[in-house]
Amino acid sequence: MEILKTIAKKSPIWIAYLAALLGLPLIFDSILAISIFNQMAIGIVFALSYNMLLGQGGMLSFGHAVYFGLGGFLAVHTLILIEFETVYFSIIFIPVIGGVIGLLAAIFIGSFSTRKAGTVFAMISLGIGELIAASSLIFSDFFGGEAGISGDRTYGPTFFGVDFAQNDQIYYVAAIWVFIATLFMYLFTQTPAGRMANAVRDNPERAEFIGYSSRRIRFISFCASGLFAGIAGGLFALNYEFITEENLNAATSGRVLLMAYIGGLGYFIGPIIGAVVLTLMNSLLSNYTELWMLYLGIMFLLTVIYLPRGFAGFIMMHQVAWINNRLRSLAIPYLLIGLPSLVLLAGIIAMVEMSDHEGEAFHYLGFELDPESFITWAIVAGFSLAAYAGVRAALPQLKEAWESANAVPDSKDSKS
Amino acid sequence: MLEVFVFATLNGLVTGLLLFMLASGLTLIFSMMGVLNFAHASFYMLGAYFAYSISLKTGFWAGLILAPLLVGVLGAMVERYGLRRVHQSGHVAELVFTFGLAFLIDEAVQFFWGADTKNYRSPEILDFPLFTMFGQEFPAYRGFMIGISVLIFIGLYYVLTRSRVGIIIQAAITHPNTVANLGHNVPLIFMGVFGVGTALAGLAGVIAGPVLTTFPGMALVLGSIVFVIVVIGGLGSLPGALIASLLVGLLQSYAIASDVGMPELLELLGISFDRNHPLNDLWTLSLPQIAPILPYLLLVLVLIFRPAGLLGKREE
Repeated sequence: MEILKTIAKKSPIWIAYLAALLGLPLIFDSILAISIFNQMAIGIVFALSYNMLLGQGGMLSFGHAVYFGLGGFLAVHTLILIEFETVYFSIIFIPVIGGVIGLLAAIFIGSFSTRKAGTVFAMISLGIGELIAASSLIFSDFFGGEAGISGDRTYGPTFFGVDFAQNDQIYYVAAIWVFIATLFMYLFTQTPAGRMANAVRDNPERAEFIGYSSRRIRFISFCASGLFAGIAGGLFALNYEFITEENLNAATSGRVLLMAYIGGLGYFIGPIIGAVVLTLMNSLLSNYTELWMLYLGIMFLLTVIYLPRGFAGFIMMHQVAWINNRLRSLAIPYLLIGLPSLVLLAGIIAMVEMSDHEGEAFHYLGFELDPESFITWAIVAGFSLAAYAGVRAALPQLKEAWESANAVPDSKDSKS
Repeated sequence: MLEVFVFATLNGLVTGLLLFMLASGLTLIFSMMGVLNFAHASFYMLGAYFAYSISLKTGFWAGLILAPLLVGVLGAMVERYGLRRVHQSGHVAELVFTFGLAFLIDEAVQFFWGADTKNYRSPEILDFPLFTMFGQEFPAYRGFMIGISVLIFIGLYYVLTRSRVGIIIQAAITHPNTVANLGHNVPLIFMGVFGVGTALAGLAGVIAGPVLTTFPGMALVLGSIVFVIVVIGGLGSLPGALIASLLVGLLQSYAIASDVGMPELLELLGISFDRNHPLNDLWTLSLPQIAPILPYLLLVLVLIFRPAGLLGKREE
C-alpha cells in the first residue's frame, strides 16, 4: 500500500508522461517524426532495463543486447507463426513474448553470472554476449544468418479494426507498452527487492550482514532487467518487422550503455533522457553529417569526464539552488558562458567538417565554407579562439555565482 | 596429418605471441590501476595505422620504431588528461571512459584514414620463405614476428624483475602509498606504465598490420579476444597472460586447421539425422566453424569454475 501512496503522490508526473507519449505524434506527425518516436520508445524501455542492472544493481554489463535480441528474434518468429496461422492472437501482445524470452534467458545466464559483481560479472557478460552473437551467425536456420529474419505484423486478429499497417498505429501500441514498462520498472525500485539492489550495489557485505543474500538480490535484478530488455526487443520486432544478428551483438550492448550513461545512471529519469537525446542525435545528425558517430564519441567522453552523473545528474545539481530560490542568479553567468561555448563548438565542428570535405565547398549554418581557402580557415580559427577566450573569461564568474547560489542560506533567506 | 599439425602449431604460436604482446600491456595496466582498458586494442590499431603512414614516407623500419613511440606518448596523454580525471568518479566510470575511448578512436581512424583497407606491406627484405617443410613455405616475416614477440617478453621480464625501475613499479602496484612516501612520483609511474603498455600494443599493431590487414575493424577483431586472454590467465598475472595467449592462439589455430565436426562425431556414435531436422545447423556443425567462439566458451567456463583465472590470485 505504501507503494500505491508514493505513486498517488507522483501521479501528476505519470499522467504528464502518458500524455506526452500519446500526444507527441499529434504535434509532430511527419513520417520521420513517427519513426523517431518509435525508436525512442524502444530505446527508453531498453535503457531503463539497463539502468536496473548498472544504475540500481551496480552490475556493469557488456552483453545486455543478448536479452533484447533474443526477445526480438522470438518475437519475429511469433509474427511468422501468426502469419502462417499456427497460433492466433493479436500482435499487440508480442512484447510479452519478447519479455518472457528475455526473462528465461536471464534466469539461465543469471544463475551463474550473478555470483560476483564487478569485473568478473562484466567479463562474463562480455563473454556471453560474444558467444551468443557468434553463435547467431552459425545457427542460420533460427537467426537467419547475416540477413536476419523478417515477419509481417498485419496478420492475426485486428485490434478493434486496426491492422497496424501504419507506423503511427504501431507507435500507440509501443507508447502504451512503454508506459506500462516504465511504471513497473519504477514500482520495482520501490519494492524491498529494488531497495536491496541499491544496498547490494553500495555495500554487498553490509547487505549480507543484515540477512540478505547479495547473490540472490543481484539475480532478481538481473532477471527483471532481462524481462524488460526482452520487452524492448519485442517492441523492436513489432516496429521494424525484422531483426538481424546486429541487434544482439556488442555494438547494440555498447549503445545501450551509452544511452544510460549519458542520460545519467542512478536517476530513474536518466536513461529516458539518454534514450531521447541519443535517438534524436542518431536520426537528425546523421542527416547532416557523415561524422556524427565521431561527434557522438566525443560527446560521450566529455560526459564521462565532466558530467560523471550524466544529464540527469547535471539537472539535479541545481536542486539546492532551486530550493534556495536562487536559480535566477545563475541565468546570466550561464548565458555568458553558454554563448561563447556554442560559438566554440560551431567553430570546432566547422574545422572538423572542413578537413573532411576534401576541397569541396559546403554550406554550414548559412555560411559557405571553402576548405581550400586559407582565409576561411583563418576566420573560423579566429572565431574559435575568440570564443575560447570568452569561455575562459566567463568561467570565474560562473564559479562565483555557483558557489553563492549553493551556499547554505543564512537565517534571513530561510525565513522569506 | 603431421604437416597440418606442424603448421597449425607455428601459426598458433604467431597468433599467440602477438596476442601476448597486447595482453602483457593490458594486464600490467590492470594490475596497476585496477581498470581493464577497453581501448587497448584501439591503440594496437593506431600502431598499425601510424606505421602505415610512416612506411609510406620512410619505409617499414622507421615505422617499427616511431609508431610505437607515438602510440605510447598518446597513451600517456590519455592517462594524464583523461583517466586520471575520471578516476575520482570510480571504477565503473573509468571502464566506461575507456569504452568510449575505443569508440572514439575507431571513429577517428575512419576520419583520418578512411574506411578502406590500407595496403600496408611487410618489408621486402623479409619477403622470402624462412624454411620449407612438407612442400609448404613458412614466410620469414612470421618468423620475424615470433622473434620480436619473444624479445619483448624477455625484455619485459628482465625490466620488471631485475631492474630498479621494475622493482619500483612492482612496489607501486601493491603499495602505492608507501612508494609515494619513499619519494617516488607514483602518478608519473602510472602514466609511464600506461604509456609503455599502449606502446606495446602499438608495436603489436605495427608487426601485425601487414599480416592481419590494416582496416578500421582490426581493433574489434582482436579487442575482445585480448580481454578473454587477460581474464583466463588471471587478472594482473603476466605469466598467466602468456599461457592464456598461447592457449587461445593454438586452440584457434588447431580448430581452424582441423576438418572434424558433428557429422564425424555422430557417425562415430552411429546416429544419423535427416537434413530437414529442425536442428540441422547443430548436426552439421564443424570445428573450423566454431573456432571464433572457442575463446569465449573457454572464458565463460573459466569464470564459472575458476573465477580468478588460471594463475590469478584468489580474490576475496
